[in-house]
Amino acid sequence: MLDLTYEAPKVKTIAGAKHDWELVIGMEVHAQVSSRAKLFSSASTKFGAEPNSNVSFVDAAMPGMLPVINEFCVDQAVRTGLGLKAAINLNSAFDRKNYFYPDQPAGYQISQLYHPIVGEGEVLVEMGEGIARRVRIERIHLEQDAGKSIHDMDPTMSFVDLNRAGVALMEIVSRPDIRGADEAAAYITKLRQILRYLGTCDGNMQNGNLRADVNVSVCLPGQYEKYLESGDFSHLGTRCEIKNMNSMRFIQQAIDYEARRQIAIVEGGGTVDQETRGFDPDTGETRTQRSKEEAHDYRYFPDPDLLPLEIEQAWVDDIAASLPELPDEKKARFMTGFGLSDYDASVLTAEVEAAGYFEQAAEGRDGKLAANWIINELYGRLKKDETQLADSPVSPAQIGQIVDLIKSDAISGKIAKDVFEICYTSGRDPEEIVETEGMKQVTDTGAIETAVDEIIAANPAQVEKAKQNPKLAGWFVGQVMKATGGKANPKAVNDIVSAKLGL
Amino acid sequence: MSIDESTAARVAKLARIRVEPEALPELAEDFNRILGFIEQLNEVDVEGVEPMTSVTPMRLKRREDQVDDGGHAAQVLSNAPDAREGFFAVPKVVE
Repeated sequence: MLDLTYEAPKVKTIAGAKHDWELVIGMEVHAQVSSRAKLFSSASTKFGAEPNSNVSFVDAAMPGMLPVINEFCVDQAVRTGLGLKAAINLNSAFDRKNYFYPDQPAGYQISQLYHPIVGEGEVLVEMGEGIARRVRIERIHLEQDAGKSIHDMDPTMSFVDLNRAGVALMEIVSRPDIRGADEAAAYITKLRQILRYLGTCDGNMQNGNLRADVNVSVCLPGQYEKYLESGDFSHLGTRCEIKNMNSMRFIQQAIDYEARRQIAIVEGGGTVDQETRGFDPDTGETRTQRSKEEAHDYRYFPDPDLLPLEIEQAWVDDIAASLPELPDEKKARFMTGFGLSDYDASVLTAEVEAAGYFEQAAEGRDGKLAANWIINELYGRLKKDETQLADSPVSPAQIGQIVDLIKSDAISGKIAKDVFEICYTSGRDPEEIVETEGMKQVTDTGAIETAVDEIIAANPAQVEKAKQNPKLAGWFVGQVMKATGGKANPKAVNDIVSAKLGL
Repeated sequence: MSIDESTAARVAKLARIRVEPEALPELAEDFNRILGFIEQLNEVDVEGVEPMTSVTPMRLKRREDQVDDGGHAAQVLSNAPDAREGFFAVPKVVE
C-alpha cells in the first residue's frame, strides 16, 4: 500500500487590533447510530413519523420500565471505534446525566461519562495535496438522544415529540487539534465520510443525524505548542461551546464570529466566560444560552438499572475482520493501482457508492481515462440534470465500453462525447450505438490519404500559405475531418497532412 | 465534607423539589448523616478488590435490533396534563 505522508497545514493567524491570534477548536460530534430500534427500547428510529408514535413506555420514562440495551448499537459503536483506529474498551458502563427539560422525560440521559466504550483514536483530515491535520479522538461513548421541542406552534406553549427520545447516539469527542474554521468543516466532512463507509451513521445533517458541539478558544501564537508539550490547558484561552450545529456553513460562520468576539474581549482587557452559546443563522452571531447560576451540574452517577457492558475480544475481532476498506486506504489504492491523481482519487472516494461505480467502470481498463469520464462527463451531465449518481442512466459497464472504444481507436474522444450523450438519453450501449450509427472512426490510412489529397488538390493557394506558416496545417485537418464526418482519426489526419504538405 | 443550608437548597433546586426554608437545617443535617456513613465505608481498605456490580453473577441483558414497540401515542400521552395534535404541550420553554 502507498504510504501517504502528510505535512501539517500552517495555522492561519487572525489579526486582532493589537496581536495576531490563533484558533483552537475541539468538537463533540453526535452521530445517530443507523439502527432500526432505539438504544434501550424496541421502538422505531424512523424519521418523520407521526408525533409520539415511535415511543415505548421506556422512552416515555413510565415508572417501572427498565432499559435493555440494543446489541446492534454496541456493535456499531465498536465498528466506528475501529474505523477511527481507536482503542476498544471491553468493559464500559452507563451513567445518568441528570437535568430537567421537557423533551427528556426521565429527568436524566443515559450516557457513558466514566467508562466509555471507545478510547483514543485519530482522524486524518486532508487540507490539500500532501497536507493533512491529524485530529486526535479522545473517546466515543454511547448515549440516548432527547426528544424534540417545537416552540413555534403556539404563542404560550412548547410542543414535545418523543420520537427521537432514546435513539442511540455516538458522541465522538476530539482533542482540541482543529486550528481553523476550514479545518473544522473538513474534519466533519471526513468523519461523515468514514461513518458512511462504515455504515454506522447515515450522516444526514439536515435531519440532525449528525450534529456537532464546537468548542472554540483563541490564543497567542506559541501557546498551543506549549499545551501540546505539557498537556496543560491553562496555556490555552477560555473556551466557549457552541451547541447543536447541523450545517457545515453555520459551523464555519459561528467559529469566525466567535473568534472575533473573543479576541475583542481579551484585547479590551476583559476575560472570556466559559459558557454555552447558540448560533443564530439570521444574524450570524452566537449568544449565551445558559445563564451562570444554571451552570452544568449534572450529578452523574452509575445507572443502577444497567450492569456494566462487557464485550469479548473475539467479538471485537470479528467486527474488525468485517470492516470495509476505509477512505484513506481506498484513496491510496486508487492512486497506486489505477494511477489516479490525488485530486481524482479524492473525488472518487468521497462517497463509497462513487468509488464502487468507478471500480466497476475501471476494472481491467485504463483507470485514469475511466476516472476522467466519470468526473468530467458523467458528473457534469448528472449535475446539469440535478440527478444523483445512484440514479445515473449510464451504467459503470457503459462507461467501461466508452473507455474501451477510445482505447482501441474505434472512436475519437470527440465522437465519444456524442456516443455518451446518446447513451445518457437513450440508455443504449455505447458499442451498439457506434455500430448502428456508423460512428466508428476511420483509421484506414488509405482512405484518409485520399481525402487529404483531394483537399490539397482543390486548394493550391492554401497549400502555399501553409508552407510559409505551418500553423495553417490545422485548416487542412479541419477540412478532412469535415469531409469524413468527424470519423477520421485526428492523429492520423494530422500526421498525413503534415507529411503531404512537407512540413 | 459538610453540607450547609445553601448547598442543601441548591441540591433541592436541582432536583426540582420544593423545600421550605425552615426545613433546610434538618435537610442539611440529614445529608451530613448520610455522608458521615459513607465516610465510614471509606475507611475500609478495598485495594485490589474488584468492584461488585451485581449481587448475582449476572451479565447485562441485550436485545436484538428489532422494532416491536411503539404505535401507541394515545397511551403515551394519556397522563399528560396537556396534549395537542399528538404532542405533549408544556409551558413555553425557550432559552
